[in-house]
Amino acid sequence: MPGKLKAKIVAGRHLPVMDRASDLTDAFVEVKFGNTTFKTDVYPKSLNPQWNSEWFKFEVDDEDLQDEPLQITVLDHDTYSANDAIGKVYIDIDPLLCSEAATVISGWLPIYDTIHGIRGEINVLVKVDLFNDLNRFRQSSCGVKFFCTTSIPRCYRAIMVHGFVEELVVNEDPEYQWIDRIRTPRASNEARQRLIFLMSGELQRKIGLKVLEMGGNAVVGYLQCFDLEGESGLVVRAIGTACTLEKISTFPATATYPSNSSPSKDMKEPGFGEETPGVPLSSGPPTPLRAQTFSSFSPSKSYSRQSSSSDTELSLTPKTGMGSGGSAGKEAGPLKALLRQQTQSALEQREYPFFTLTAFPPGFLLHVGGVVSARSVKLLDRIHNPDEPETRDAWWEEIRQEIKSHAKALGCHAVVGYSESTSICEEVCILSASGTAAILSSRFMQDGPLDAEHRFEEVVSPGCGFCHIPYDELNIPFPAQLTYCYCCRHYKVPDVLFTTIDLPTEANVTGKGCLIQARLCRTKKKAQGEGNATAISNLLPFLEYELHTQLMNKLKLRGMNALFGLRIQISVGETMLLGLASATGVYLTALPSPGGIQITGKTPSDITYEQHISNMQKKINDTITKNKELYEINPPEVVEEIIGSPIPEPCQRSRLFRSHSESSDEVSELDLSHGKKDAFVLEIDDTDAVEDIHALLTDFSIPAGFYSCNTEIMPGIQNWTSAIQMFTSVRVFRLNNANLTNQGLNKIFSDLCENLLKSLYFKLRSMVPCCLCHLNFTVAIPEDELIQVAVTAVAMSFDKEQSLENGKQSGEKTLIKAITDEQLQFNLELNAETSSSNPLSSPKGITMEKASPLPEGRSRSLRSNRSYSGSSVAVVKMTPLSFIPGAKIIRYLGIINMFFIRETTSLREEGGVSGFLHTFIAEVFAMVRAHVAALGGNAVVSYSMKECVFMENPNKNQAQCLINVSGDAVIFVRESELELTSVQPQSATTQTSNCGEGT
Amino acid sequence: MSVELDVFVGNTTIMDKEVYQLWLNGYTVNDAVKVRIEGGVMEECEASAEVLLSDTMDQYRTFQMCERLLHHPAKLANQLLFQIPPDRQAMLIERYYAFDDSFVREVLGKKLSKGTKKDLDDVSLKTGITLKSCRRQFDNFKRVFKVVEELKGPLVENIRQHFLLPDQLARDYAAIVFFANNRFETGKKKLLYLTFQDFAFCAGQLINNWTVGAVDNMMEDMDVDLDKEFLQDLKDLKILITDKDLLDQHKSLVCTALRGKTNVFNEMEANFKNLSRGLVNIAAKLINAKDVRDFFIDLVEKFIEPCRSDKWTSIDVNLYLTHYTNSAHILDTFKYYAVWTRYMGVIKSCILRMYHD
Repeated sequence: MPGKLKAKIVAGRHLPVMDRASDLTDAFVEVKFGNTTFKTDVYPKSLNPQWNSEWFKFEVDDEDLQDEPLQITVLDHDTYSANDAIGKVYIDIDPLLCSEAATVISGWLPIYDTIHGIRGEINVLVKVDLFNDLNRFRQSSCGVKFFCTTSIPRCYRAIMVHGFVEELVVNEDPEYQWIDRIRTPRASNEARQRLIFLMSGELQRKIGLKVLEMGGNAVVGYLQCFDLEGESGLVVRAIGTACTLEKISTFPATATYPSNSSPSKDMKEPGFGEETPGVPLSSGPPTPLRAQTFSSFSPSKSYSRQSSSSDTELSLTPKTGMGSGGSAGKEAGPLKALLRQQTQSALEQREYPFFTLTAFPPGFLLHVGGVVSARSVKLLDRIHNPDEPETRDAWWEEIRQEIKSHAKALGCHAVVGYSESTSICEEVCILSASGTAAILSSRFMQDGPLDAEHRFEEVVSPGCGFCHIPYDELNIPFPAQLTYCYCCRHYKVPDVLFTTIDLPTEANVTGKGCLIQARLCRTKKKAQGEGNATAISNLLPFLEYELHTQLMNKLKLRGMNALFGLRIQISVGETMLLGLASATGVYLTALPSPGGIQITGKTPSDITYEQHISNMQKKINDTITKNKELYEINPPEVVEEIIGSPIPEPCQRSRLFRSHSESSDEVSELDLSHGKKDAFVLEIDDTDAVEDIHALLTDFSIPAGFYSCNTEIMPGIQNWTSAIQMFTSVRVFRLNNANLTNQGLNKIFSDLCENLLKSLYFKLRSMVPCCLCHLNFTVAIPEDELIQVAVTAVAMSFDKEQSLENGKQSGEKTLIKAITDEQLQFNLELNAETSSSNPLSSPKGITMEKASPLPEGRSRSLRSNRSYSGSSVAVVKMTPLSFIPGAKIIRYLGIINMFFIRETTSLREEGGVSGFLHTFIAEVFAMVRAHVAALGGNAVVSYSMKECVFMENPNKNQAQCLINVSGDAVIFVRESELELTSVQPQSATTQTSNCGEGT
Repeated sequence: MSVELDVFVGNTTIMDKEVYQLWLNGYTVNDAVKVRIEGGVMEECEASAEVLLSDTMDQYRTFQMCERLLHHPAKLANQLLFQIPPDRQAMLIERYYAFDDSFVREVLGKKLSKGTKKDLDDVSLKTGITLKSCRRQFDNFKRVFKVVEELKGPLVENIRQHFLLPDQLARDYAAIVFFANNRFETGKKKLLYLTFQDFAFCAGQLINNWTVGAVDNMMEDMDVDLDKEFLQDLKDLKILITDKDLLDQHKSLVCTALRGKTNVFNEMEANFKNLSRGLVNIAAKLINAKDVRDFFIDLVEKFIEPCRSDKWTSIDVNLYLTHYTNSAHILDTFKYYAVWTRYMGVIKSCILRMYHD
């Protein structure tokens, strides 16, 4: 009995009218946890009931505490008939189970109903008393912290990075149960919501157990997904990176490192993960390698692989010693090779050396090989025994093995920026996994990080080191053009680099970056079962190849040489396949300048034709020049002699490793490289190619003042203001004409994405100069002939003048600017901060209200209304990024992972599909904000909308939508505020009074 | 091929002031897009008509969703659905409750009933304001009226607290409520030259001086009704015209004071009894609800028109009314000073405000 959960129902407000006769409601509340239910008294005839209940106490196992949500149901009492449910609130109490996260949940939470949406709010107080349980065989994993953030969270330091954790649970989807014929869709959606809450809790607990077994205390880059497999069930799966984190004390100067005084460590370690984004880390000069340190280096203890309930024991014998492709280049020397071996063996003993992180502590990421990806097409079958989801596990294992072998082929022992996804259409499911092959430093991966006093450090210059090839120059797995690094001139680098990770903060970049998208649509015949799966797997390689070619061409057209944050999404429908690749292009200073694009015709005899070609060539050249100007790409001229060898003509080749396997085990490896053909040469041999080039050139240019990227930060922009605007935009496009060519479809799809972007720029025009960061596109084919595109991103304003002046006289100016910014933003900010610093403030307001004995009703006194307007809602910021510009995250309060279903049977009345979805998304935002505020937070970072499944039936006037969102609840403090309060506390008080007036 | 669904939701709700105004003015989405295109927003932002249409539809939807909150502005501050900065909230409320002077002149003093609402299409035709906008304005009047009707305490303050309106707008609404409650006639031809602000000023005078709340700040009664006791007392003033001696004495006092100070002295002297009878009769009749309705028309007919036909300037009127009021205090047998001052104070400022072309 290791835990006591306590809940108190304080009050309700804005309740809907449930009794038409009196225009009032007789509300009461049921509080349920596990199988125990408590009820409050009925508060008669009020839309703003004051229950002020006793503390309801649940004595439960901590296992249940992790699995179960607290369910609060608000009902309308009815003497004669059954009580009507007004709505529900699910509270995830996980944040309360961790000592460093939230201590109490207190605040107004929206009451939600799947048909009516938000119906008023309820004020609750929830606490947990946890007793320490030292049972070694426990099933709970309380205290393990979860972060959606895919980097080391801002106020923590990584002691160790243990590695990949994964788990999946399956269940039958209530919507497809036989009982569905009896109960209402509403009841079955309720059941679905409840089930998914439960499954997420269970999943999180199981992952937590794995982390504890590995000796970690946190999961970073936690990614949880749902597969709605329809009749075959419901799969909830999650992956993450197990870490041991340590909280950075608030006074960095006095930070101490227990039992570790190694100078090499101290030099770099203090407060990483703290550095501001975009500012290159100034690390010390590279120190020469010392032989003696090597000698004391103890081989890492073998990491014992954890067997878990979901792992089918796959006998993977790690290759010993020299792994394939592990041989270092000549320039590295034997020492490096040995070191690499060490790390590698440590990593190889792991089942999967995968990391969901996309940004790393300095010195962790040594070299990047390139993108590795794997897909497989499966036929869904019914999951017979939910307790042993072997097939699903086996499927993923297959794919992970493939990824691992791809990484090995690139000479890498690890995969970073790793993610998994699915696309389901009827009974066909495409499983995808992708990541970036990399070589990591052993620093965070030893089993005993503190016992090895001197640790061997591979020292590379931070600005370009990660670009140096990890594979053997003489044994390249694909044709590549290598040159000496343009930064250090010591190591070889490739001519183009594709990765799924964020741009390392310390990377040397020329100019600014931009969002690059490749979009593709392919028709396919309608088919069933096996035949369908085969058809899809046959199409996949071509789809990927074309996406890759598009990406490469667009990259060159912008005069850039590297892609970060690459995410390729393939979506399957009944009659088509959609492919969308998004990435942020940059010019890495270390890599060679990309060559232009040259086009050639097939029939050179024709003069007009040649004219045409040369016109097009000119256009392309102009575009490249224009783009170089736009993105400020002016790399320093390179004197060729220094390198010793002439810069080879860049050539295209696939840095993407992929393969497709059907439902069978056969793996078809594809070498997608062009072979001898020079890549930058585009051959125009048919009309398709002409149109392709046209499409390339007609890509819409970004309006002045805007930048965009799909990564966390934009190179070249540092001086963010505090103005941020997170948004979600969804569009569904109907293809009325069924007989479309691939080319026509491509154009439609491409236009859809471009128009969406245009609309975003227009909407956010008041924020200029501004950058749309973390632009995350998701495509889906909800129905035949429908294409759905959803985007979530954050617009962040920055200060243009300052970026031009670059600091010289900016001292005073920044201060002034910061202050004026603060004042502009203040009304927003202060509310949040005051309420967060005093989480109990809202309940206080209620008791005051309660004190007035006036009855509710028409003759309501002025006073009771006035007290309402006094308590205004705390502002909660949301961002898909892991940080908030100009602010310091001082505490992580826990993970937010919410799942909602909304349905309607009166679609037209609710404003059609747009009105319906608009309301729903706004409601989801509202619920996320309310839960964060109740935890005492004022922002959600690393927010993402992972699922948005929309279905409609206009003929029946019905629609339904499922949304799944997640993020990390945090408390942040404005940096300028910290300074202001310490320097001149007076100004803070004047601002406070300003705010009072404002509200 | 068509966009079937198109939504944009920001964590902070994005609202364009210009589009909001177009929405309030009752423009359809397509008309609003036209106006925006003409406004040149496209060139500014390199946008296309398509983008503009999408944005306008989106904003309209947002406003529609906000509308039910705007009906209870206090709710806007503590609702959770939209995250709107406080200054934006204030803007939304202020603009939603703003009204057109030409519209309000049409319904001022009318009963805010379903019948009046039915006639709004005529009003719309006459004023050129869209029917949608007319309905919004009318519903606002009605809503404010309903809420404050049963509240105790000062009218303006109640409106400001309940609807979070800025001071001036709250005062205007107080006037509208006051007029609707007392059903003052404002639509007669003779009154058409008066603007809403003229009436609003007069309403302010009446509210501040002739209601119960004006003398008794204990919030015993409401500000919307005239003080019955006072109206009863006004009957006593009749002595000023029924008692021949008093009337003559009053006239001579005023004439003495004004001699040589005005160009219209002769007309004034000739008209004194008529004018005095007019004003005192208005006072004496105010106890009847029906005559209250005709208050403004009476003022115009009994005082303003005669003066205007004699070409009095407003300085003359001011001078006359000042002395007319003050002289009564010197009258031997007249003892209703308090009532007289309370009555004439309002009459004087109302007439002065209304005395223009």
